[in-house]
Amino acid sequence: MIEWLYQFGLEFLKTCRDFLPIAIVLIGFQFFIIRKPLANPRRIVIGFVFVLLGIVFFMEGLNMALFPLGKLMISQLTTPEFLGINSAEVATSWRNYVWVYVFAASIGFAAALAEPSLLAIAIKAEQISGGTVRAWGLRLAVAIGLGSGLALGVFRIITGTDLYFFIISGFIIAVLQTPFVHKSIIGVAFDSGTVTTTMVTVPLVTALGEGLAQAIPGRNPLMDGFGLLAFASLFPIIAVLSYALIAQWLNNLSLSSSP
Amino acid sequence: MLNNRFINQLINSFFDLSPIFAVILLFQILIIRQPLPNAIQLITGTFFVIIGLTLFIQGLELSLFPLGESMAYSFARKGSLFWLLAFAFCLGFGAAIAEPAIVSVSKQAANIASIQHIIKQTDSAKTYYALGLRITVALSVGLAILIGVFRILRGWPVYYPIFFAYGLIICLTPFAPSDIVGIAYDSGSFATSTITVPLVTALGVGLATAIKGRNPMTDGFGMVVLASLMPIIFVMLYGILL
Repeated sequence: MIEWLYQFGLEFLKTCRDFLPIAIVLIGFQFFIIRKPLANPRRIVIGFVFVLLGIVFFMEGLNMALFPLGKLMISQLTTPEFLGINSAEVATSWRNYVWVYVFAASIGFAAALAEPSLLAIAIKAEQISGGTVRAWGLRLAVAIGLGSGLALGVFRIITGTDLYFFIISGFIIAVLQTPFVHKSIIGVAFDSGTVTTTMVTVPLVTALGEGLAQAIPGRNPLMDGFGLLAFASLFPIIAVLSYALIAQWLNNLSLSSSP
Repeated sequence: MLNNRFINQLINSFFDLSPIFAVILLFQILIIRQPLPNAIQLITGTFFVIIGLTLFIQGLELSLFPLGESMAYSFARKGSLFWLLAFAFCLGFGAAIAEPAIVSVSKQAANIASIQHIIKQTDSAKTYYALGLRITVALSVGLAILIGVFRILRGWPVYYPIFFAYGLIICLTPFAPSDIVGIAYDSGSFATSTITVPLVTALGVGLATAIKGRNPMTDGFGMVVLASLMPIIFVMLYGILL
């Protein structure tokens, strides 16, 4: 128990240290440039303690439960025996890896929903849009995007296709979608697509990439493990834009059918 | 009153997190079919995650959101463009310079660079390369927030700087050393952390609310995505120039 408390305290101090530069910037500008007392300093300090404690609890919990489990499953799913890779034949068809795709998609879906910074953006968007943008709808769209993005990223690692090709295609799709989406959604769509890659997703996705690059013959874990996160921050954008397009289309449809 | 809100938020957090529990359980039961190691640790960990998310959301509403917005209002009222832009830059720089994920990825990048003989295979050369990369990422995030704030002030559409960054990335990639491309694309994802995202969002929304003729929904968002695109450009430039 005491050892655990020590560990917890250490983790808390580490989080505070990572936060220190931002704190210096905030305090410095508040006191030397703005030079006005804060409206409710006690509340803000308590809130900061809550945020830091929350991050430590969240991280500790992830390290105790989700990460070991997730990494264990990734290592089990990427063993050559499970994948049925015969070490003698190097060229294995990408179709042999069905379970890895399903797993990558589900882990992406679930991780996006658990991501605290996505929740933060979704809450803010729901607040200022007066409820027209629903936090759950936004999070679901992002989750679907992250799931399919990761499945595609895994496909890339398995086939060894060029990363550049996928990223450029993703950019082009997003650029083509943007003019048709209502302008109040564009900012939220791009932001919420990006924030999927923080606390929960990054460690899991990194482990997935490394595990796969190690298990698949002809892949270098040092090189091919990278690039999976780029999928994780691009495809949710496309998913949210698509969600907005579908919602607009349905809205128009119901308007024109019942005048 | 506070207790009540806390319990409400606790229940909300449980629902927010339920999908990830469901996925893990399903896979464990249906496909892997091996007994769960350490069930007590798993349950404690799950409980911690829920408590942590609850505290985080409460703290967000108490401090990060109001602080970001109130600072945005103060800067808008003060009317000093220089200080606002300086603040935006420092916020982005400060957020990225200490980010643990960036520290570890820049070390990895230095290892790759020394294996590929881009730099000398000595420890000091690696440390130097890693530090340079870290500062590059932090500068780019600072610049991204600065551009984001400037865009809100000028009232440009959200997608102008985003598309411009996309274009630059597409043009730069063929010229960047192929080993650095994967790292560059990933480094963008590391630059935004759980504390920075709400703070930057609140700053953007606050500015767009305070400035006449801007709409918080249309103009307030779109800074976080820049903070993740700008490092891609800068890390590739770092790879090309070194």
